[in-house]
Amino acid sequence: MAMVKRVTRVMTPLALVLALLAAAMGPAMVARAQDGTPAANVAPYEAPENIGDLEGSITSDGSSTVGPITEAVAEEFSGLAENVEVSVDISGTGGGFERFCAGETDLQNASRPIAEDEIAACAEAGVEWFELEVAFDGLTIVVNEENDFLTCISTESLAAIWAPDSDITTFDQVNPEFPAEEIALYGPGTDSGTYDYFVETILGEDEAGETIDSRTDYTASEDDNVLVEGVGGDENGLGYFGFAYYTENEDSLNAVEVAQSADLSDCVAPSLETVRDGTYAPLSRPLYVYVTAESMERPEVQEFMRFYIANAGALSLDVGFVDAPAEDYAAAQAKVEAAISGEAEPDSATAGA
Amino acid sequence: MSAAVGEDLLAADAGGGRDQLRARQRRATAVSWVFLAAVVFAVVVLLVLLVAVAYRGVPSLSWSLLSSKASRNAESAGLQTALFGTLWVISLTAIIALPVGIGAAIYLEEYAPRNWWTRALQTNIANLAGVPSVVYGLLGLGIFANFFGFGRSIITGALTMALLILPVIIIASQEAIRAVPLSLRQGAYALGATPWQVSRHHVLPVAMPGILTGTILALSRAIGETAPLLVAGAAAYLTYNPDSLTDGFTALPIQIYNWTDRPQQEFKDLAAAGIIILLVVLIGMNAGAIYLRHRFSKKTRW
Repeated sequence: MAMVKRVTRVMTPLALVLALLAAAMGPAMVARAQDGTPAANVAPYEAPENIGDLEGSITSDGSSTVGPITEAVAEEFSGLAENVEVSVDISGTGGGFERFCAGETDLQNASRPIAEDEIAACAEAGVEWFELEVAFDGLTIVVNEENDFLTCISTESLAAIWAPDSDITTFDQVNPEFPAEEIALYGPGTDSGTYDYFVETILGEDEAGETIDSRTDYTASEDDNVLVEGVGGDENGLGYFGFAYYTENEDSLNAVEVAQSADLSDCVAPSLETVRDGTYAPLSRPLYVYVTAESMERPEVQEFMRFYIANAGALSLDVGFVDAPAEDYAAAQAKVEAAISGEAEPDSATAGA
Repeated sequence: MSAAVGEDLLAADAGGGRDQLRARQRRATAVSWVFLAAVVFAVVVLLVLLVAVAYRGVPSLSWSLLSSKASRNAESAGLQTALFGTLWVISLTAIIALPVGIGAAIYLEEYAPRNWWTRALQTNIANLAGVPSVVYGLLGLGIFANFFGFGRSIITGALTMALLILPVIIIASQEAIRAVPLSLRQGAYALGATPWQVSRHHVLPVAMPGILTGTILALSRAIGETAPLLVAGAAAYLTYNPDSLTDGFTALPIQIYNWTDRPQQEFKDLAAAGIIILLVVLIGMNAGAIYLRHRFSKKTRW
């Protein structure tokens, strides 16, 4: 990442020769960001000459999952625009949207798309917004490293285990070949966007169209490290959390492959590639940043968002997430530019209609 | 020898009395063991915590921890922003809470008439000292951040913290003022001093060591508080050090909490190092309290 900084810093004051050199380095940087996949269509960030003159403060709040990405972007951005103050709060996706839709914050970090009631709250307060996809995360199903029988699980079995009225308490109820050991379940608490995404994807909706809540007799924590400790220290542990927490703790955890068919014919293990290209379905999820249309009229926010999208791939890998596909970033770049020029209609205009 | 005499005396006593004495002595010994166990338990738990923190945190201690800002790279991450935030908030808290707290204590002890109104005030202050800190956070968010429009800023944090520790400061100061001998006041009044002169020149100087000790202990408590600051609006991450009252801020306990939440192992070690820094600041403040107390006590001339 030092490279991004160097590239942009070099470009700012110097003339054509260095600019050409930087342009040559730019694609190399992006290629690294995409972990080997060609990504020619994400334009590297080019800092305007006056970036040091930008002033103001940018406030953000929201998901503890996306927060670290925005922090990393803010850290790099502050190296370029020294007079722009960026703050990142972490109130959870839901808590953050409450402030965002009250017009208190410029940016909202979200680990799930904005919900119907939040769209309504924003509309009522007259807050218009743009939605930008910044990274991917793979919800990882984990078991203890000692567990060598549960290597792949179908979404159907997951739903059976986590259903609100589930009577599954032992592994042999999932598959008769498994030992009759009691399953110790771990998962995020209900305030977490990770929980929301999991139950929505795995359990779906009931007849009334309401999202089904999971069973409640599991060890819940908003702190993923508690879940890591729990499953890592419990031979019969089974839990789910973000991909980064698995990759940092591979020595005490095994990731379970996920199959969409009940006969386990299409098991896919979570990895950078399978999360990014979406084959790790359905638990690979996009992470978002929302920005208000009003804030997008301020030059420091405009520049921050340009910088954000251009570097989101590399920085999200840096903090343990998965970069989105290159074409998603290209689309986000186009959206940011259109929003800056005033041509784009805010996403809030078409949402929830 | 003496034991033998004791035995003789006991033997001379009625049999029932002797048994009673033995039973009481056994009970006394048992109780002393229980108390010893309580002390050992408290100290051992504290030691285990300190050793665990030191074991994980000491390798991560370095100057760059103090001199650099938060970062996604554990090697270059520091808590300068949080340290600045904590120092800003705590100094401001002291500036706000000290005069108000001592003033309230002087009023209650030296001026207030002994009636139901004073008793009601007194009871309320004692109750406020027991209110959970997160409630003060909500109060701060509602009143200072939203109603007065200070937003999520240092001034909001400091005012919230000041409210939180005011009851403790008032009660500690009252105790200190009450401990000043009545004869001192009577002497001054006899010479025609006004209540203010009595308080200013005679009561306060003598009560000062006690007041300061209570205040600094209250501030030490405030420095470790996370809940009210989280609620009243400390940020998790800032790119800048605060330099005015209306700036946003973050604080040491919040930075530590934020680090423990990261997936990477190195950040947990950094969190332990952060705890050591917080402990050093705390011990520093307590040492300051002891020093000030000592200084003021020496000044006291009867």
